[in-house]
Formats: sequence, C-alpha cells, structure tokens
Amino acid sequence: MITLNVNKKIYTLDVAPDMPLLWAIRDYVDLTGTKFGCGIAQCGACTVHVNGSPVRSCSFPVAAAAGKNITTIEGLDENKIGQAVQKAWIELQVPQCGYCQSGQIMSATALLKNKPKPTDADIDAAMQGNLCRCGTYHRIRSAIHRAAEIMKA
Amino acid sequence: MSESTSTIHRRQFLKLSGFTGTGLMIGLTLKANGESVIEKITHSYLEKQLALQELTGASSGYDLSPFVIIEPTGQITLMNPRPEIGQGVFQSVPSLIAEELEVPLDGVTIQQTGGQKKYGNGQFAGGSASVRTSYIQMRQIGAAAKEMLLMAAAQQWGVPVGECYADNAKIIHQPSGKTLGYGDVAAAAAKLEVPKNPTLKEPKDFKILGKRYPRPDVPLKSTGKAIFGIDVKVPGMVYASIERCPVFGGKLVKYDDSATKKVKGVIGVETCERDINGHHSVGVAVLAENYWAALQGRKVLKVTWDYDGNEKFNSNDFAESLRQAAKEDGAIDHQSGNFDKAFADTPVKLEAFYETPVVSHSAIEPMNCICNWYDNNKIEIWASTQVPGRIMDQFTKKYNVPEENITIHVLFSGGGFGRRLYPDYVEEALELSKKMGKPVKSLWTREDDTKMGPFRPMTFSVFKGALDASGKPVAFQHKVIAPTLDGNKNYDKTKTNGTMTEGISEQKYEIPNMKNLFVFHYMPVPLAAWRAVTSTTLAFSHECFIDEMAVAVKRDPMAFRLAMLTKDTDTKTLMQKLKEVSKWDTPLPKGWGRGVAQWEFFAGLAGYVVEVSKKGNGIQIEKAYAVIDLGTVVNPDTVEAQVQGAAVMALSAAIKNGITFNNGQTVQNNYNNNPIVRINEMSPVEVHIIANGGLKIKGVGEPGLPPFAPALCNAIFAATGKRIRKLPFDINNIA
Repeated sequence: MITLNVNKKIYTLDVAPDMPLLWAIRDYVDLTGTKFGCGIAQCGACTVHVNGSPVRSCSFPVAAAAGKNITTIEGLDENKIGQAVQKAWIELQVPQCGYCQSGQIMSATALLKNKPKPTDADIDAAMQGNLCRCGTYHRIRSAIHRAAEIMKA
Repeated sequence: MSESTSTIHRRQFLKLSGFTGTGLMIGLTLKANGESVIEKITHSYLEKQLALQELTGASSGYDLSPFVIIEPTGQITLMNPRPEIGQGVFQSVPSLIAEELEVPLDGVTIQQTGGQKKYGNGQFAGGSASVRTSYIQMRQIGAAAKEMLLMAAAQQWGVPVGECYADNAKIIHQPSGKTLGYGDVAAAAAKLEVPKNPTLKEPKDFKILGKRYPRPDVPLKSTGKAIFGIDVKVPGMVYASIERCPVFGGKLVKYDDSATKKVKGVIGVETCERDINGHHSVGVAVLAENYWAALQGRKVLKVTWDYDGNEKFNSNDFAESLRQAAKEDGAIDHQSGNFDKAFADTPVKLEAFYETPVVSHSAIEPMNCICNWYDNNKIEIWASTQVPGRIMDQFTKKYNVPEENITIHVLFSGGGFGRRLYPDYVEEALELSKKMGKPVKSLWTREDDTKMGPFRPMTFSVFKGALDASGKPVAFQHKVIAPTLDGNKNYDKTKTNGTMTEGISEQKYEIPNMKNLFVFHYMPVPLAAWRAVTSTTLAFSHECFIDEMAVAVKRDPMAFRLAMLTKDTDTKTLMQKLKEVSKWDTPLPKGWGRGVAQWEFFAGLAGYVVEVSKKGNGIQIEKAYAVIDLGTVVNPDTVEAQVQGAAVMALSAAIKNGITFNNGQTVQNNYNNNPIVRINEMSPVEVHIIANGGLKIKGVGEPGLPPFAPALCNAIFAATGKRIRKLPFDINNIA
C-alpha cells in the first residue's frame, strides 16, 4: 500500500512500488489531465509538481512520491501562479490539440514560481523539455510573458 | 465563459456516452443505439467523473435537421461531424450553422457525431477539408432551420413571415416588437417542411464568421478537463499492450507466455491482427488489470518470429535503389508544349537531384482505443480518430453488423497529422474485446508508435530546367521517384499517381514546355498520408529548384517568380503580398539571407519568406513571414495558430533525423532518437491572411506546411551560398 497526497487529498493505493507515478495518477487516482507521451521523460506531457518542483511522472516511481505533496493540472487552480498561467493560456488561445498542454502549464507554472519575470532565454531553458507536435510554441512563449504580467497586476 | 464551456464539455460527453436527448424530432431520431448497455457500463463512471446526474434524464429536443436540435427550454445543440484534432473544427464547423441560425456561439452546445450515416459523408478530418467542403452546406442547414423558426412564429402570431426577423436566438415581429424564443416555436417549426433553398446571409452581415472567436475546447485543454481517447475508462475494461513483429513483413511462429502469466495483474494473452495500408501482421497482446502490469507482462513474453527475408531491408540500400530507379523514364504526370525539344534547343540548362527522408507522425497522444464487442454483434468504440465515418462504413461491412449496433464515441485527438486516418489500432482493440468478452483498452507505447508506422514516405526528385538567353524559363521537368501509400507492390508503372505527384503540375508558373513524370518504386514498410501529404517533400525540391533556375540566370528569386506569373492568379496575389509584408526589397544585415517559396495543392495555397543569419557553422532562423490564401476566413485566430504550427512541423521534418530502417526494422523508437523541434529552436512566424471574399474557400490545416522548408533552404542559399538538396540537414552545420 502506498499513500499519495494528490492535490491535497490522500489516496491509499495497492500498486507495485515501481509503477510510474503517472499510471498511479491516471489509472488509480483517476485524474487524467496528466498525459502519457513517451515514458522516458523526453516529452514532458506527464509533468506534475512534487513538493513544488516539476517532475516527469512517467519516469518517477510511485513509491518515491509517497508522503510528498503532488500537484497535478487538476489542482493547479489552488495556486495563484497556476491561475495566472491558465488565464493567460485561455486568453491567448494556446492549445491546439491540447494533449501536451497540461505538461506545458505545469512547467510554465514552475518557471514563473522561480522567475516571476522570465526572459525568452529563461523560457527556452525551462520549457524545452515539453514537446508540442502541433507547434504551439509561439503562443506558449507569449502566454508565459502574459502570465507574468497577470501576476504582477 | 467557464460555465458555458463546462456545459459544452458535459454535453459533449453526454453525447459521446450515448445519453443523448430524445423527444419529438423530425427526420431521424438522435437516440443512440445500444443505449441500455452503454448505460450499464458507463453510467457509474460518468457520474463519478463528470457529475452528469442532472443531465442523464431524457430531455425533449426538437430536431430541425440532424445537425440542429432545439429544446423547449431554448437550449440549442449543434452537431459537429468533423473530429477535433487541434485544427479548431469543433467550433469552426458548427459556427457556420450558428451564423445563419442567428444564435450566439457561447449560447450553443456542440456535440460530436459518431459516424452515423444521417450526418453525411463528411465525418472525417483530413485534406484541410472540414470548412472548405462544408462552408455552404452547413450555412444552408442553419439558414433552413432559421426559416422554419420564422415561419412557425409568424403562424403563431398570424402575421406575414416577412414582418419577422431572427436575432440572438429569438424571432422578433418588427411592427409590434413581440418576440418569441427559439424554444417557444421549436415544436411547431419541427413540423414544417425543410426549405430546400434557404437564403444565405450576405458576408457583410456576418456576426461570427471572419471574427476571432475563442474556442470552447481551450479552457478544457488548459485545465486538464478535456477528454481524449486515452482518458476514457469504462467499467470492466482491461488494458492491452501488443507485441508486434519488429521486422515489417515478418510472421508470428509461436509464443511462450508462461512468465507473462505469472506477472501480477496479467489476465490473458491473445493474438491480434493488424492491417495497415497493404501490410498484414499478427501480434501478441498482453491483457491485464492495469496498463503497467500489461507492460511488465509484455517484457517477459517470448515471441518467435519468422522474418522471412524481410530483415535485409535497410534505408541505405533503399535510397540507392531509388537513385537507380531515377534513371527510368517514368509515367507522364503532366505534359504541355514540347519539353524534350525545348530542353535540347535552349542554351542555359540545369539539372538537379533532390532527396527527402521518411518521417513519423509522432502525435503526442499515442495510438489507443477502447472497444467493447458485446451481445454477439454489438460494438461500442471510444477513440481519438480522424475517421468515424470510415470506421462505421468499414465495420458494418467487414463484421456484417448493422449501423444501429455500432456506437462510436469520437473523443478529442491528441494530434492527428494523418496518422489517425487509419483505424488499424481500432481493429486491434476490437478483435481483443471479442476474444476477451470484455471492453479492451489498447494503448501503444511511444516505442510502438514510433517503430510500427505507418510513415510518410521519402520522395526523390530529378529536375531539368532550361532558360533562354534573356533569362526566361522555357522548359521544366519534375520527375518524382517514390512508392505509393497503399502498399501495392504491383503498381502499374505506366501510370502516374496523383497523391505521389501532388501539386507538381498545379503550380501557376507560366513555363511553356513542361513534362512531369512519376517513377514508382516499392517500399516494404507501412506508409501513410502525413499533414499536407506528399506536398511536404515535393514543395521542398520543386521550389528550391525554381530558385536554382533564378540563380542560374542571376535573377532575384522573387522577381524571377513574379515574371512567370503574368496572369491574374491567386499565386500572383500571394507572391505580391509576400513581397510586401516581408519588405523583400529592403537590405538585410551582413550575413543574413532571405528566401521565398509558395505551394498550391488540393488543400490550398500558402507561401513564406524566411530570413536567416549565419551563426557559427550553421544558421539561425530570424523571422518567417507567412501568407495564406483563403478566399474566406472563418476564424482568423485559428488560421494564425495553424500556420505557425505547420511551420514548426515543417521545420522538424527539415532538420531532425527522421526515420531510418536497418535489418528490416525501424531504427528510431522514441523522441530521444526521433526528435522534433523544441521551443528554443523556433523563431517567430508572422501570419498574413488573404481573404478577398466571395465563394472561394481554401483549406487551413495543411497549406502552411509545404512552402516552409523550401523558403528556409532558399534563405540559407542566399546567406551562405550552400544549396541544400537533401533533407534532413544539420541547421548547426551547413557544411
């Protein structure tokens, strides 16, 4: 039995300890906003926050997450920065297919927590782990700058 | 916003789950078939996940056409036949109805159709066709419904219909100012004849079309609430992961599942067939209580394959065989004037050979599907797919099951790009469900998705061009050497192939003597359409060679193209616009270069000017100016996003390694060795839309892709003098 704290709720799961956190979240906690893309931490679609830091949940064993605070896209609206990012994402109409966007938003939120006024270079560094096949990168960049403005206001 | 979108979300899922409204309707009922079973297996899940309780009761809606449902409360539902794969059709197609129906977009619910014949032949997403092929039809549907509502209100009031007009989901009697809501007259309207030739609005009166409307799926996709195929869970379902022969053409001999069956959570092991564009294979599926267990079971599965000689196939030898095939005469694709004579007689001649790679679709949502085969001959499918219409059509025939026994839930797709035009992954899940007697969720790993194809094929091209002493092009030839997408080994080599020569004979350049050719050369791997199909490789070579011709006679590439465009065409207008928005004639900083390219093909017309600068041994993309010609634009915001995204996808195909084969197998298996462009690699793309109005309407999703790579490579030539004739190339090392 593994106890997970996801979005401030406690879940006790009977899963293999080496199961990636991603599958525990999707298949057992039943939160599907966190996506599977590659399984090897190359695409970022599965990004969640573990104790506030972005983690690729596809390559993070569920046992290692036990007792830590896990935030998924579904819990992000509790977070002021997350709210600003989601607001900017909607305002600038960032998503196309939308599949990678949970991960993009989780990474962007973590970036803005550390750098409330990121430069383009900061965005490049923080966001290059998140792939988007639709190519929404132009709007992701603009939306991160916009979220920084919303946070300042 | 959030309230209406969450309603759309729930209502969409309502439809996806079979809990559709019932009641008095003209034409065909909307009640989904197999409803009781759907309820049994999905009800608890939906209640839990989406708080659907308040919506599960039957509502009484009035169906003014299969696409418009108006409930007595005034709630309006518009049916969208086009799958949403990121291109915005979830709203842009219903917005055509809403415009004519005089209802605000934020006041309607949009539901996705599931392949039922009553929703017509257009239930697919492909060919940039969604808006361009339904622009009039969808507006007529909205206009017809509006006329029925107007007539019903006029009859109720006993006034001439000419004294009434529709606005904001209400009928207004102009002289008296009386109003009736659409819900008030829907029942009476539904009894009226559907007008055959409803009057369409003048574009100047449009309230929705042509304006930047936010998309209802965007808030869902920004909060994790959008439901993709991979997110669906139905009670009792088991998970499948399928081991397929790594060598294309190999056969299953036997398998040993003794270790697999000892893995905790594994329920069973079954074979399943895959048919993809002429390639048939048999795989072995591990079925388990959870996906992780299925993967663990698959790891210890021992399968014996017979490669049957197919393990000799490799990309290097294949490329060499294409180079040899390039010497063949080929089938004539297009002929005008007398190319052979003109080429022989003209003083300035040039020839060039271009090569392109195989690439993968690499949608970030891997292929997946849930199928439930139940009660002997009933089928329920939950899928991210581009082709619900095709699935319905194929499955009714192949499995001899009537349409009313098949329910297809079309979820949001985590990318399509052509991959989800092919329902091989749906059929695998269906076979497994039949064998297991349970709903089965089949989910491909990224490795499966990368290695198993289908792939966009490579095309090689031979060019010949001749110019007279004044620098005017007089002869041109583009010979394409390629396989066909259908996997036909015995293709009739005397025939050209419109898909594989896509666009090469449609360019508007006025060259008096042309002879374009096609040489078929079989490729033994599953092939498929990719976003913008073969134009993605042919535009590169074609437009780079046009540049070579300009350079051969020392002409400016823009002026050279415009000189071949004397007649009034959309291409000419496009080139003029590109010249203007890119300020083509202004000087660039030292070490910079700019390049231009355009491409017209079945899906539409677009062009780029790209500016690059030298950076070490490589180049940096500084700026791209895109112009897309649409005639009529539905949502400019979506168009801008589609073109920017197409440029990113084109860049990946130009500078990333793509797919290669060795020992009959795909060499690459994931994003680490089959990379796509990341955020730090993309430069700004400024999008300009030509929308001159009228009935002309062109596609959006694909045309932004083909001309990007040639504009980039032409810019690289301008900056460095290095002519790129082979994709991919290393942008950091332009040797």
